[in-house]
Amino acid sequence: MNNARAAGAPPQRTIDIVNASLKRRYAKERRFRLLGLGAVVLGLLFVALLFADIVGKGYTAFQQTYIQLPVTFDASVIDPEGALDPETLRRANYAALIRKAQREVFPEVTARRDTRALGSMISVGASSHLRDMVLADPDLIGTTKEVWLLADDDIDMLVKGHIDRTLPESERRVKDQTLGWVERLESEGRIEKRFNTIFFTHGTSREPELAGIAGALMGSFYTLALTLLFSFPIGVGAALYLEEFAPKNRWTDLIEVNINNLAAVPSIVFGLLGLAVFIGIFGVPRSTPLIAALVLSLMTLPTIIIASRAALKSVPPSIREAALGVGASPLQTQLHHVLPLAMPGMLTGTIIGMAQALGETAPLLMIGMIAFIVDIPSGFTSPSTVLPVQIFLWADSPERAFVERTSAAIMVLLAFLILMNLTAVLLRRRFERRW
Amino acid sequence: MSTTVDEMSRRTGAMSSAELSGERESRATVGDVTVANPRMVCRDVDVWYGAKQAIKGVSLDIGKNEVVSMIGPSGCGKSTFLRCLNRMNDTIDGCRVTGSIQLDGQDIYDKGLDPVPLRAQVGMVFQKPNPFPKSIYENVAYGARIHGLTNNKAELDELVSASLQKAGLWNEVKDRLDQPGTGLSGGQQQRLCIARTIAVSPEVILMDEPCSALDPIATAIIEELIDELRANYSIAIVTHSMQQAARVSQRTAYFHLGDLIEVGETNQIFTNPKHRLTEDYITGRFG
Repeated sequence: MNNARAAGAPPQRTIDIVNASLKRRYAKERRFRLLGLGAVVLGLLFVALLFADIVGKGYTAFQQTYIQLPVTFDASVIDPEGALDPETLRRANYAALIRKAQREVFPEVTARRDTRALGSMISVGASSHLRDMVLADPDLIGTTKEVWLLADDDIDMLVKGHIDRTLPESERRVKDQTLGWVERLESEGRIEKRFNTIFFTHGTSREPELAGIAGALMGSFYTLALTLLFSFPIGVGAALYLEEFAPKNRWTDLIEVNINNLAAVPSIVFGLLGLAVFIGIFGVPRSTPLIAALVLSLMTLPTIIIASRAALKSVPPSIREAALGVGASPLQTQLHHVLPLAMPGMLTGTIIGMAQALGETAPLLMIGMIAFIVDIPSGFTSPSTVLPVQIFLWADSPERAFVERTSAAIMVLLAFLILMNLTAVLLRRRFERRW
Repeated sequence: MSTTVDEMSRRTGAMSSAELSGERESRATVGDVTVANPRMVCRDVDVWYGAKQAIKGVSLDIGKNEVVSMIGPSGCGKSTFLRCLNRMNDTIDGCRVTGSIQLDGQDIYDKGLDPVPLRAQVGMVFQKPNPFPKSIYENVAYGARIHGLTNNKAELDELVSASLQKAGLWNEVKDRLDQPGTGLSGGQQQRLCIARTIAVSPEVILMDEPCSALDPIATAIIEELIDELRANYSIAIVTHSMQQAARVSQRTAYFHLGDLIEVGETNQIFTNPKHRLTEDYITGRFG
């Protein structure tokens, strides 16, 4: 280096050259750092916007409007024979009780059209609530009791302020007449917002106030459990074989390239594959956690295999040599030494794959998970849907009340995703071993 | 890495020009490769990495209760040769070994021979201390466990303490056997690895530059240990330090570019080398 400059005429000290360029170098470094900082801030800003939007739209869904009515549990309606036969109690016309209670609160409403409007303020699910009360406690028959009944979704929206009361009647979903009734009930303290337990305990429904995510959550749970069961052992086994046992030749190269390609295949293709192979050829029942898990396993396998191979590669070869050196067989070397060290990385990859599977929608549309299923699934082969598909379905619904439920369901989904990613980070921290 | 290769080629260039100018020297091994009571007998061993030949027709005996040191410049094949002795080279793709290597009369490259029990007979200590990331106790007990050498916990405890005592580590670790082996100092880790190796009672111990990552004090302790171990084991040690070879070994083998140039009593090699290459190396003219 020095020789080249020695040839030139004026001898210049190295330190002068360095000092001259120093300012430029530092300016460049500052610019680069600012650029990075800007990128991070921009990213965080968008995440914050997303969360603010979802939470802002969705938090009201965790509350639900209830209307208090003095319900008389009329024996002549519920149990005319007085036999307390559960079948009779179950079949009684509880809607009539609600209508009667409403007539007591609004005695001036008599016209047939008006009573019908009055009746629509209460959810259709309210009568089953009364039925459950009576079945749980038959002594209620013959008494009069103030009961909080589930309000219809339009009333719910009105009370939560999602329907503007100042709009002209023609542009408002709730008519002036109903609005007057609601305001009167509010002034009498007969309207209250309570925590929305229905949202967490019910399956979906055509009626927004009766719709919940329990069905979708259970569906997602069963699906993920099966996906984990299928993809983790297969993925780790494949990675172990490819990385540690398989000869390195053209075939294994080809397999590696294909696994990497599979990781980049659009997920809907896996759905089509599942439809053609699992449903078409093997006759797996559609719209069940089983078929969803099969498809999602195919989708997450490349992720798990790639992560597991990277984890295996990062185990220092000295550990393998140490184990082989004392006479461990190749399998013992792997099981006793390499696998435990690679496990945190494998688990991280698996959880990331699972999080991906939890949020996946497209392939599941292909295999019937989009069906409208009210019941909460009870097993791996009962019809079900999953959380993201439920969100997709609700987002498609016209009722205003489904907007907030969509956002609320997204919040639940995000909470689970964050939880899973957090677990991955913690696992990595907890089990990371240094050598 | 590239510097090493550069250096290597420069060295080789220097060598060939020296050879061209001077007399053509034979690469046949000078000195007697045999010993009276051999444990391992190697004859005409060739090793290829793919198309490159790393070891060329090396014959060498390793006797009972002796320490054989292997010296030579980097890349001369001494580590490769050592790794042939317990078939550690099997794990390297494209590595091929021909010739015959016998342990107590049994060819270890015989088709039917299982390398797993072989490695229990021929233990190895590596250049960088590589304890398992487990407790000190587990490190030593591991070999005995997988081979089923002990019948109960008491025997295993006994074996662990005996091995640690033989490795000169017992007094330092006896109160913390449940602590991770990776938490020890470098010298202690290397002695732990030696304890782990002797816990399976091998017949031969191979040591691949066992002190190159250690300070002089730890080195001195290990060298002393090697001398004690000689009473029960045959030891082959690869080292970069000629002083170390002189201190610990009874016989010394000098390797040069895959050839075994000279074998002899350690004293003779260091005081009166017969081959010019050996002399150049030990007098520090290159290497």
